Amino acid sequence: MKRLLVLGAGTAGTMVVNKLRPLLAESEWTITVVDQDDVHLYQPGLIFIPFGSTSPGEVVKQRRHQLKAGVGLVLGEIDVVRPDESTVKLLDGRELAYDYLVIATGTTPRPDQTPGMMGGEWRQSVFDFYTLEGASALADKLRDWEGGRLVVHITEMPIKCPVAPLEFAFLADSHFAGKGMRDRVEITYVTPLDGAFTKPVAARRLGGMLEQKGIALEPDFYIERVDNDAKTLVSYDEREIPFDLLVTVPLNMGADFIARSGMGNELNYVPVDKGTFLSTKWDNVFAIGDAADLPTSKAGSVAHFAVEIFTENFLQLIKGEEMSHIFDGHANCFVESGGGKAMLIDFNYDTQPLPGKYPLARFGPMSLLEESTINHWGKLGFKWVYWHALLPGRKLPVPTLMSMAGKQPDEMSETETFEKEMMR
Amino acid sequence: MSLATIADREVHVDDEGFMTEYEEWSEDLGVVLARNIGIEMTDAHWTAIRFLRDDYRSQGETPTLRRVTTVGAIPTKDLFNLFPKKPAKKMAYIAGLPKPAGCV
Repeated sequence: MKRLLVLGAGTAGTMVVNKLRPLLAESEWTITVVDQDDVHLYQPGLIFIPFGSTSPGEVVKQRRHQLKAGVGLVLGEIDVVRPDESTVKLLDGRELAYDYLVIATGTTPRPDQTPGMMGGEWRQSVFDFYTLEGASALADKLRDWEGGRLVVHITEMPIKCPVAPLEFAFLADSHFAGKGMRDRVEITYVTPLDGAFTKPVAARRLGGMLEQKGIALEPDFYIERVDNDAKTLVSYDEREIPFDLLVTVPLNMGADFIARSGMGNELNYVPVDKGTFLSTKWDNVFAIGDAADLPTSKAGSVAHFAVEIFTENFLQLIKGEEMSHIFDGHANCFVESGGGKAMLIDFNYDTQPLPGKYPLARFGPMSLLEESTINHWGKLGFKWVYWHALLPGRKLPVPTLMSMAGKQPDEMSETETFEKEMMR
Repeated sequence: MSLATIADREVHVDDEGFMTEYEEWSEDLGVVLARNIGIEMTDAHWTAIRFLRDDYRSQGETPTLRRVTTVGAIPTKDLFNLFPKKPAKKMAYIAGLPKPAGCV
């Protein structure tokens, strides 16, 4: 019997086991997935919880019910992986041996990593929204908040779903306008990036939207600590930003067992080949989804396209063939922009998000980098797709690799040289 | 990608002026690049730049600020003093390395 062991039954891990189970004979392969709990969280739904349009109960299901028959689920916390012995030890002492290992334990917000973030104001006036507890606590806070300075803040890149903090700012603008109190709320968007987003075309469009909505942008802000007494964010270059309500995206890190196992980089992400997800050190270890150190977004969408590639490659690998499918870093994400509208972005390692139509050139029906109601329906409808098509491993009618069809190339604004920018 | 002349030498740069060929860089070019963005190099600056060069050679990518601090053992506060406001980008520029990937 050959043994495939998957660590993590989230988006990536669940797709891996569900795709492979029908393709690997049960008489030849066991497939086991390990997770620390039995709660599968629909993470794209978290963004709506603070504003009361989704309740916490609507975004969770049991992990076991998402797994196909013939997949073993082990509940337990991972202590350490011993890649040279091909075994995984759990904290309760159980040991699991594998022929192939897939690490899919994702990334987690770590407010404990920034001094003062979990101080006296934590969940009083300092909130996160990437956890069910954080998003729910923030919903309670917003219900009767009377206004003041709202600061939306990113600690450090990379973060899971890098558009989510922008979405939060847009939805907050729309939420307070709807309550007739927008004039009593001052919104500031604080980011370590030098603009609203990483890539120039999207950064310009999204930056323009912040401006239109009266949201101030504070770029190049690298946080040193949260001052709980003064209620300010303090940066390494000693800028201070006061807040009445701070909604922060804490530092994101891979799982601690990856560090304990000596398998990760400084943020506990597993270094892998960016085309095949094979570990750069061990030839029977893969890392898929947010747990890998890929230079693209940490997002379920990347995990989805990555799993398509991985599945094909894995079948080749176990037949002793060369893995011939190469991932291009493809991702697409909805960006909720408030008022029942959303944008959509589609990109890969080499092509930045561009305007246009998706998935079909000219017809769409969705628009890239432009607000539309259809995009918003797309985001809402995706929840059904996630539970009923994506997780079970069904093929979705969108291409795995990014396509230029329907995209308008860069508007080509003059790029300023760094010297000029610095000497201005 | 285009050619630029820095300290009388032709080197490859991207459209923002970051050098793109690891081997074309030398420490005297580093001095000129630093001056281009208003920085006079000192020993403390060089400690950081040399770490970036070595780390790039072994890892194949420009280290993040966090990596310079955790692996290179230079406190973040010092990096902000040495390379004000945009330390990650400034260090990469002086070290002749690609701009740090902003990770979309």
